[in-house]
Amino acid sequence: MKKAQEHTAPKKYGMVIDLDKCTGCGACMVACMAENNIPFREDETDKNLSTTWLRVYKLTNGKKFPDADVCYLPRPCMHCEGHHGHSPCVSVCPATATDYSNETGIVSQIYTRCFGCRYCMAACPYHVRYFNWWDPVWPEGMEKMLNPNVSVRTRGVVEKCSFCFHRYQIAMEKAHYEGRKELAEDEYQTACTQACPANAIVFGDLNNPDHAVYRLKTHPDAFRLLERLGTNPKVYYITSREWVRRQGDNYLENEGKIAAKAH
Amino acid sequence: MDYALIPEGRKRCPLWQFVLFIAVAGVVLLWGVYAMFLCWIKGLNQTNMNNAYGFALWIWADLAVIALGGGAFFSGFLKYIVGKDELKNLINYAVIIGFICYSSALLILAIDIGQPLRGWFIFWHANVHSMLTEVAFCLSVYFAVLTIEFIPLILENRQLDKVPFFHNLSHNMHHIMAVFAATGAFLSFFHQGSLGGVAGVLFGRPFGFREGVLIWPWTFFLFTWSAAACGPCFTILVTKITEAVTRKKLVKDNVIELLAKISGWMLLTYIIAKIIDTWYWAVVTAPEAGFTMMDFYTNNPLYGLWILFLEIVLGGVIPALILITPAGRKNKALLLTAAVLAVIGVCVNRWVMVLQVLAVPVMPFESWFMYSPSWQEVATTILPIAYGAILIAIAHRYLPIFPQEPELNPVEQQAG
Amino acid sequence: MFPFSFEWIWDMSHMVFHGGLWYALGIIGLGMTFCILKSVVDTLQGKGGDSHH
Ligand code: SF4
Ligand code: SF4
Repeated sequence: MKKAQEHTAPKKYGMVIDLDKCTGCGACMVACMAENNIPFREDETDKNLSTTWLRVYKLTNGKKFPDADVCYLPRPCMHCEGHHGHSPCVSVCPATATDYSNETGIVSQIYTRCFGCRYCMAACPYHVRYFNWWDPVWPEGMEKMLNPNVSVRTRGVVEKCSFCFHRYQIAMEKAHYEGRKELAEDEYQTACTQACPANAIVFGDLNNPDHAVYRLKTHPDAFRLLERLGTNPKVYYITSREWVRRQGDNYLENEGKIAAKAH
Repeated sequence: MDYALIPEGRKRCPLWQFVLFIAVAGVVLLWGVYAMFLCWIKGLNQTNMNNAYGFALWIWADLAVIALGGGAFFSGFLKYIVGKDELKNLINYAVIIGFICYSSALLILAIDIGQPLRGWFIFWHANVHSMLTEVAFCLSVYFAVLTIEFIPLILENRQLDKVPFFHNLSHNMHHIMAVFAATGAFLSFFHQGSLGGVAGVLFGRPFGFREGVLIWPWTFFLFTWSAAACGPCFTILVTKITEAVTRKKLVKDNVIELLAKISGWMLLTYIIAKIIDTWYWAVVTAPEAGFTMMDFYTNNPLYGLWILFLEIVLGGVIPALILITPAGRKNKALLLTAAVLAVIGVCVNRWVMVLQVLAVPVMPFESWFMYSPSWQEVATTILPIAYGAILIAIAHRYLPIFPQEPELNPVEQQAG
Repeated sequence: MFPFSFEWIWDMSHMVFHGGLWYALGIIGLGMTFCILKSVVDTLQGKGGDSHH
């Protein structure tokens, strides 16, 4: 398998999320929880203790009726490329338990190697990384419904969105079986993408001109979260609303209107 | 009862007083040990940390005790490498304080990691690009050096010294102590620095991030420098406390004043560098990420400009000015105030470089994250203090730590 | 940590980092070995009374 991969062009899987389409229904969050065996507890009131690989944030423009506006922003792991794979979190992990793949552009998390120092959590500005404060406990009978392709995590390690990497592996295996080296766009899709009823999430290879994300990422209204920090994320957002784009990054007051590049 | 163990020519308090002291400190210690086991057995849900606060009180405590323990490497450096021989009267104690600080730091780290049994992964699967890897390696190796520096002291106990092998070992170790001290200084330079690098490299966290040279952010050098400046202040402070508790003078004033003077100049140069760093960060680094300095100090219940003032002016400029003036050093109250302020200053610095880094919202649609430790975190953080008090009490009672003690406190008859 | 662990790469960072580490460990190890051996020899030679120090 490894040999075959060497011959394929490096991929850069990424997402483009249309915030004008997102209704904030949360279907992506639910799909993600189910797909990735994400543990939960009876009392989830303290959101700082909840594990939500994909979290939908609610943004408001802070204005009063009739100008009030809200926007829902789904936030998976950005799979930051940083500078040549120097992602904020990968570079700091002392045990090499999280890694940047130059083959797929996916930032992996190796649960069996993570020893829970949480340095990566301090490094990630997107609050994408979650620590297992408790051992996972499933309600009676639910353990039978866990996804067999995703390992469950133990207490004391960090976890995060993997862009459903297991799906990539399964798709690649099938492709190899069939003698192919490349995946078609629809062969590898994340659970959240498929679950979104509004088709707000588009997933694919940002390097591949045949994939929808290739074109969408250059949309004049496209932006990425906290681009100025140099994290170089692979998740793009599109919105026609300037106030939302402005909340995607920090700007000094005198920096005026920071709309998307083309505006 | 334990006369046979007490160093010759030195007076010690009655055994019951000593036992009482150990017992009181022991209760606190046990409380901490209980909390420690709670964390190990039940997991880190015993803490008030959360996904926004992956680092909290413990990491601060780690950084703080390591900075304070910096007195050991810096006085070793001054004595063995620079050649300030007077410091031989204080170096033993500096080593013991350093030993306590570093063993505490290692213990806290062992509680802090989510999977303590996998702690060795940091060595085995070492990612050499991570500041924390550098910390782990240098910290453990330097702890070995401190242990080596501590051993000859233990062997000087009256009974142990009678064993010829121990006597020879202690003698031989003393002989090449300069080699160990130099290695210790080398290691300390790197791990004190890497601890500064821990926050400084976080380019996703504009409050902590600093530019620098090669792979080292400016905080790398600032941390080493501040540890060398404030560590000796802590050594002085603990010595003064020990003198107060034992009700006798243990180190001559000229020794303390020498260390205070060096510490003062280190502190002054450090604080100038720190001010330049803060200024550059406030007008260049942070604005590049879209932040004004005031973004980091407003709109939250705790972090205001006062904390910057406390760290830099009260905990830096003022003690530095006191310590560089001969009159300030000679005045007991002022000297003590300066030592306390410097210790507070460096602790506040470590606090903001851990806690405030995480408190500041980076995504504009988030707000400040606040945190207060759980009792388990507090108890495990107090544990090292109790442990330190006990170790110091035992060491002081049974080991000749202060070479000037007999001269300063002559005893006519056998100690009683 | 060792060249035989699988994530080891012979690059600059590994050589500098582990070079420094093994250098320090080497000094400490050799220093302690020297002290212990010398003390054994000294003891066998009958040194270690109250004569010196
Ligand atoms: S979003 Fe966070 S966890 Fe994901 S790659 Fe970026 S820094 Fe790492
Ligand atoms: S918590 Fe785990 S993945 Fe994160 S830095 Fe520590 S060892 Fe690496």
